[in-house]
Amino acid sequence: MNLDAMRGGLRLDAHKERSTRMPIRLASVPGELIVPLDQHAGTAAVACVSPGERVLRGQPIARPGAQLSAWIHAPVSGTVVAIEPRPVAHVGAPCACIVIANDGRDERYAHEPVDAMTLTPAALCEHIGRGGIVGLGGATFPTATKLFEAATHDDMHLLLNGAECEPWISCDDMLMRERAADILFGARVLMRAVNAARCTIALEDDAPQALQALQQAQGGSDIQIVVVPSVYPAGGERQLIRTLTGREVPTGGLPTDIGVICQNVGTAAAVARWIRDAEPLISRIVTITGSAVREPSNLEARLGTPIATLIEDCGGYEHDALQLIVGGTMMGLSFGTDSAPVVKATNCVIAATAADLQPRGMEMPCIRCGNCSEVCPAFLLPQQLHWLARVHDVPALDALGLADCIECGCCDYVCPSQIPLTQRFRESKPEVLAHIAARTQANAARARFEAREERLARLEREQRARLEEKRRQLTGRKS
Amino acid sequence: MLTTIVIVAVLAAALAASIWWSAPRPDRIDDLARRIDALLPQTQCRRCTFDGCKPYATAIARGEADINQCPPGGAATASAIADLLRREPLPVDARFGAMPQIPEVAWIDESVCIGCTKCIQACPVDAIVGASKFMHTVIAAECTGCELCIPPCPVDCIEMRPAPLRIPVAVNR
Amino acid sequence: MPTAPYVVAQDSVGRVMRTVIYALIPAVVMHVIAFGIGLLVQLAIAIPTALLAEAVALRLRGQAVRPFVMDGSAVITAMLIALCLPPLAPWWLIVSGTAFAILLAKHLYGGLGCNPFNPAMVGYAVLLVSFPLHLTRWLAPDAAALQLASPGVGDTLQAIFTGQLPGSLQWDAITSPTPLNALRTGLTLGHTMQEATAAPIFGVLGGRGWNWINVAILAGGIVLLALRTIRWHAPVAMLLGLTVPAVVMYALDPGAYPGPVFHLTAGASVLCAFFIATDPVSSATSDRGKLVYGAGIGLVTYIIRTWGGYPDGVAFAVLLMNMAVPLIDRFTVPRVYGHAR
Repeated sequence: MNLDAMRGGLRLDAHKERSTRMPIRLASVPGELIVPLDQHAGTAAVACVSPGERVLRGQPIARPGAQLSAWIHAPVSGTVVAIEPRPVAHVGAPCACIVIANDGRDERYAHEPVDAMTLTPAALCEHIGRGGIVGLGGATFPTATKLFEAATHDDMHLLLNGAECEPWISCDDMLMRERAADILFGARVLMRAVNAARCTIALEDDAPQALQALQQAQGGSDIQIVVVPSVYPAGGERQLIRTLTGREVPTGGLPTDIGVICQNVGTAAAVARWIRDAEPLISRIVTITGSAVREPSNLEARLGTPIATLIEDCGGYEHDALQLIVGGTMMGLSFGTDSAPVVKATNCVIAATAADLQPRGMEMPCIRCGNCSEVCPAFLLPQQLHWLARVHDVPALDALGLADCIECGCCDYVCPSQIPLTQRFRESKPEVLAHIAARTQANAARARFEAREERLARLEREQRARLEEKRRQLTGRKS
Repeated sequence: MLTTIVIVAVLAAALAASIWWSAPRPDRIDDLARRIDALLPQTQCRRCTFDGCKPYATAIARGEADINQCPPGGAATASAIADLLRREPLPVDARFGAMPQIPEVAWIDESVCIGCTKCIQACPVDAIVGASKFMHTVIAAECTGCELCIPPCPVDCIEMRPAPLRIPVAVNR
Repeated sequence: MPTAPYVVAQDSVGRVMRTVIYALIPAVVMHVIAFGIGLLVQLAIAIPTALLAEAVALRLRGQAVRPFVMDGSAVITAMLIALCLPPLAPWWLIVSGTAFAILLAKHLYGGLGCNPFNPAMVGYAVLLVSFPLHLTRWLAPDAAALQLASPGVGDTLQAIFTGQLPGSLQWDAITSPTPLNALRTGLTLGHTMQEATAAPIFGVLGGRGWNWINVAILAGGIVLLALRTIRWHAPVAMLLGLTVPAVVMYALDPGAYPGPVFHLTAGASVLCAFFIATDPVSSATSDRGKLVYGAGIGLVTYIIRTWGGYPDGVAFAVLLMNMAVPLIDRFTVPRVYGHAR
């Protein structure tokens, strides 16, 4: 397979050695689990249990909200003790959580098992939605929504993204090494759900064991396995699509516009568990790492487990953590308290010491060196955007494509003036998106106005033609 | 001597040609109107006294209207047009009315609506659906908040309400 | 709470500027070998002047003095001006040129990162139009070979600080036109190309002594390219912009127009390509923009050298193209991912 060379990006130290020494372990299940209602892209789910109610493991406890939402299931059997705001790691403010007291019995809720190959694709998409499955790469976009979108197109190319490019994260690497069969099973289910013609699994060249495991599991099937160079952010959805297909997702569009649907390998494994074992998304693999942790490793944790419990499972803190980060060091979020729970998006927790971080120096003026545009994987001109963002020139920011910024942080990384470019862009983005929304709205209104004018003009023409015709008939009769 | 004359003559001719080329001409009016129209908010509210955004844009292009007659566009639109026309920006003339701070859309009290279709005919963007003797309703997503449907209603069942929040769809997900 | 990314490369403006300064050192060494210690004296005047001007300007503008004085950008400006001036130029010449560059060309526009014109070229151009005579008093490179006297250390200091030569020396006895000047004068006097280039200052490539300085500058430039401190676009485009018209005109009339090799090795061509056209602040933004910008400098340099009023046109070419940068940037915005061309 011909790979398109990725443009831009950085070669970064992956920091994977320590966390991949041990196989994936099961994390301890605590006495109290905290399940946030807002743990996917789109609106929060709505609780469908009330405090005092007994729930079983895998039982739906919250149904999808208004837009782009997902089901949430009880991670253990026990009693709902409260539905209240608790601190979480994935958003700044505390958010409403269903708190469940674990009864330790782990009684399963009986979901009807299904046979993926006999369901229609639409029913299969629907069923995957009921498993509470969202994109596990970090964006947590509801998988069913994505599949429904893709199912309206023919000849889809399913890409399974195992290119885990961000430093420190190794949960996908470990998943591919140990559960390649799950991924391939999930791949077939997803292919059927969207009627895909092809499937490609992509992983980076720094994961040879994962490659070997996948190749063994693949066993001569038509699912292709492709190795991409480990350049950050090679695993970004749009970057990966360009590398593998040579085509670009149009701005403002979706991968399905060019016949591609991209899913994380973890999502495929979760789909396999749901379809094959009737176990909805109630656990995920989390990389616990950073120099402050005694034994960095990958744990399979129930959603709702406090991060502190996972760190205990990894031998506790060896040093005081200077910073707790959920996600990688390039795009992750820092958070304040390790009582925050694991959610569907939690791929990695870094307890970082000062040695792990390279904080910025003093911010100097931009010297227009252009290093930022050289590394930008979206081919933007960060230095120009930086000037425009300072003066809030929203139309110009829009024209130069700020909305296409993927906030990967590459420009920040190389900036000799140590300008926090990504943060500036994050701050300016809402303005630009609002501007784009207003423009889209105006264009729609213009189209409707023009269509109406045209219709009115046509009706008038026809009316006049009829009158003319009638007059002619009348005068004709007279003469 | 001759060289100098030739050079000066060529330069003068080039300058004259460029001035001629950039001067407003009837066949350019359409193009200019289209570019002005692209800057207008497309509310189609007629506060500018013209029959919609495109007619107003054409009037500006012809020099028959000023650039400060668009309340929904506000200062941003006025200055964008001023930029396009290389003119001094003007604040919006208050005589042409004002727009609410928060975007609004029309809402029909369906229990009162008698199905007269007058509002449907008034709506410049076909955002009201309904038929004669049947109640009407506003497609909130298509409503521009122009308020043109309010005066024709014989039973005063239309009111302006805050527009539903339109979550900007992130370009990347 | 800090936001991502939590790691950044340990790079700084100071490191970038220092790299450029180190890359200029071979050129300084070759210059001293060819022309004596005049350049070192000029540098000893120019660098403190630049730093002082920078500090004064920062203080007046109410900005932090230390980080900006230490960033090295003023030192580069001073070095470039010193490299452009004749080694025995009087002290007030380099002081006024450097101070003008830093105060007017850099800080009046907002300091580091904000100057639309390359400060060194502004400083040099001001001196060139104000004191043309002083700027023609170049020493003879490799004086012994040319049977000219070479001023000693004492003579050099006396010449720079008093403007007077010691009694035993005459300006005529130690100065020599630069190759560009000599060729220009020769051709103006109606000499053929062979006659004009027969003078002893012409060496194998371009001028004697000058060729080694250019090799040293080229070496420094290649190091900067290898370290990725500069990008190839502007230098290559500048040299091509100079070479192409030189080749065309030389092919049309070898008797009246010197060939491309002469143009590439004469004057400040190489210095401009690698150290001036690559100044990030005053050059175009995108890769395509840098190509246009560089090619423009090369072409304008050729035009000024061949038909203009000055023997070397590099400074004016750079300033003219600096002026065109906003226009170039406007028309060379790269295509964004997912956008149609």
